[in-house]
Amino acid sequence: MNEIDDELLQQAHYWMRLTRALDDRGTFLHKQSKIVGGYFSQIGHEALSVAAALSLGPKDIIAPMHRDLGAYLVRGLTPRRILAQWLGRETGVTRGRDANLHGMGDLSLGIIGFISHLPASTGVIAGVAHGIKLKGEPRVAMCFFGDGSASQGLAHEAMNWASVFKLPMVIICENNQYAYSTPLSRQMAIEHIAQRAAGYNMPGVIVDGNDFAAVYHVTKEAVERARSGGGPTFIECKTMRMRGHAIHDNMAYVPKELLAEWEARDPIARIESELRARGLLDDAKLAALLARIEAELDEAQAFAESSPYPDPATVTDGVYA
Amino acid sequence: MTWDQGLHKATTVLAGEQGTRELTYLEAIRAALRYEMQRDRRVLVMGEDIGVYGGAFKVTQGLIEEFGEDRVIDTPMTELAMIYAAIGMSFEGFLPVVEMQFADFISTGFDAIVQFAATNHFRWRQPVPITIRAPGGGGLRAGPFHSQSNEAWFVHTPGLKVVAPATPADAYGLLLSAIRDPNPVIYYETKYLYRSLKGMVPEGEALVPIGQAAVRRSGEELSIIAYGAMVQEALSAANELERAGHSIEVLDLRTLKPIDEAAILATARKTGKVLIVHEANRTCGVGAEVAAIIAEQAFEYLDGPITRLAAPDTPVPYSPPLEDAYRPNAAKILAAARELLAY
Repeated sequence: MNEIDDELLQQAHYWMRLTRALDDRGTFLHKQSKIVGGYFSQIGHEALSVAAALSLGPKDIIAPMHRDLGAYLVRGLTPRRILAQWLGRETGVTRGRDANLHGMGDLSLGIIGFISHLPASTGVIAGVAHGIKLKGEPRVAMCFFGDGSASQGLAHEAMNWASVFKLPMVIICENNQYAYSTPLSRQMAIEHIAQRAAGYNMPGVIVDGNDFAAVYHVTKEAVERARSGGGPTFIECKTMRMRGHAIHDNMAYVPKELLAEWEARDPIARIESELRARGLLDDAKLAALLARIEAELDEAQAFAESSPYPDPATVTDGVYA
Repeated sequence: MTWDQGLHKATTVLAGEQGTRELTYLEAIRAALRYEMQRDRRVLVMGEDIGVYGGAFKVTQGLIEEFGEDRVIDTPMTELAMIYAAIGMSFEGFLPVVEMQFADFISTGFDAIVQFAATNHFRWRQPVPITIRAPGGGGLRAGPFHSQSNEAWFVHTPGLKVVAPATPADAYGLLLSAIRDPNPVIYYETKYLYRSLKGMVPEGEALVPIGQAAVRRSGEELSIIAYGAMVQEALSAANELERAGHSIEVLDLRTLKPIDEAAILATARKTGKVLIVHEANRTCGVGAEVAAIIAEQAFEYLDGPITRLAAPDTPVPYSPPLEDAYRPNAAKILAAARELLAY
């Protein structure tokens, strides 16, 4: 982790801890039936989503998916707006129109609203990158999708498009071993999804998605390549979905040994171990940080819970611009 | 000058564009594309074989020479990535016009249209100002996969607009409106009319508003409501009936979504007999919606059953006798209208 300076490491630690705390809070609020419908935990994805987002500049654009809570936070979506979204309130990002992390787009923050139909993110970000290239701006577009949606035609069509037009695009594939209940072995006949990058004549990089520094390093390099006209890069982040597909799913289909193996590679434990080794973290400092985050989330939750629900009379509003 | 500064200056009305000219339906589409691309540098066109080759039907011929390959983009063969890319470009400030080589092929881009383009504004207030040109319709012996009229798929989807011009002037004016509309618009152009129909087309800012039907022919006894290629067929039938002493009104819907309810109700209330014609399949076609609007809101004005003349619920057949049996035309309209007049 030598290339990551102390300040960046501490910043990343805050974002990763905030991400997990907000995710835990979401689970809790769902158990209280305050969040209705489904709930999608991102636990295990903190390092990659935070690292990828931190590798970008303020004018770059991301198209995240439903396990990239960290990326949304880093880009500037506040816990207030996110919690209000989860609680279906008018003050939420989609004003009660969309659920979970879906639709939480805000182009002023460089975030494109997600749809369930993964990997829509790959196609739309190819267009954003194409637009950036046509304008000749030194900006980058980054998309996120998973091992399951890697089987969709659009993933291939968008990667091909990005490469044909040599677009300033970074493709983050979050290989978390399972698409709902479907394991990798039923999803593909190759060992690494990144092998496919060769078919599009773009670099394919494999990285430990639970290692903040490693992900930051490869995404930063890919972002710089894209920004300087070098075209797209495919990055496969190996990680593990540590909860069920959604909160209802007890994921009995996942071998316990596999979970234990990944539990030992927890991204937050790893960054904290590095911080302690550098003398930047001790028990007291961690407790203070967690208390600060809980206070921040308490305030955000109070804001969300005191926010009004959308007016039923507005149900047909906003279908058209 | 940065791109953003340029954007504010990009929209200009071209001076000295007045008068009219006679154009084919196809030439009117090309004229609209050229006019918008000259006027606004945010407008670009994209599609398969549309640049160097000029398009399968030559609609975009000459554009790459005039506007260059950054604004006339030959793409890989992927409607899905193309439409998603158009949406992404629109987020960067562009106004992309995407050509489906045939309306039939729009199905491979379906997800991008109905799931993503159509829902963004509702969900996160992000407009999607893209236009998808869909050359549709039969009569050209092109078989099941080059003849479809699949507009009802999109009329059913909230967040989309769907237009279907029937004349060169509307082909021009509705395309201008579609490109400038902040919503995703599917523009159904009728291949059958490309070179078979000529008409006077105004130059310059001759926008045809989206959402307004047009009475093509005023009459008292019966209304024929049609769109696309069927408007000309309806007019032929109406002229024939006029020679037999009947007074027939023809309403051209022009826009299928949002549909012009007021115009539909006005003609239904005026004549009391309505024949709805389209070359799309019958079940859950646009005609079903038109019939429902009239049944719900003009029931007491009716002097006969609301009648639909549409293609049967089969794929579009290739062999001429079969396609002729499949597709409505002036003779079939005439027969249906006579029956309804006699009711």
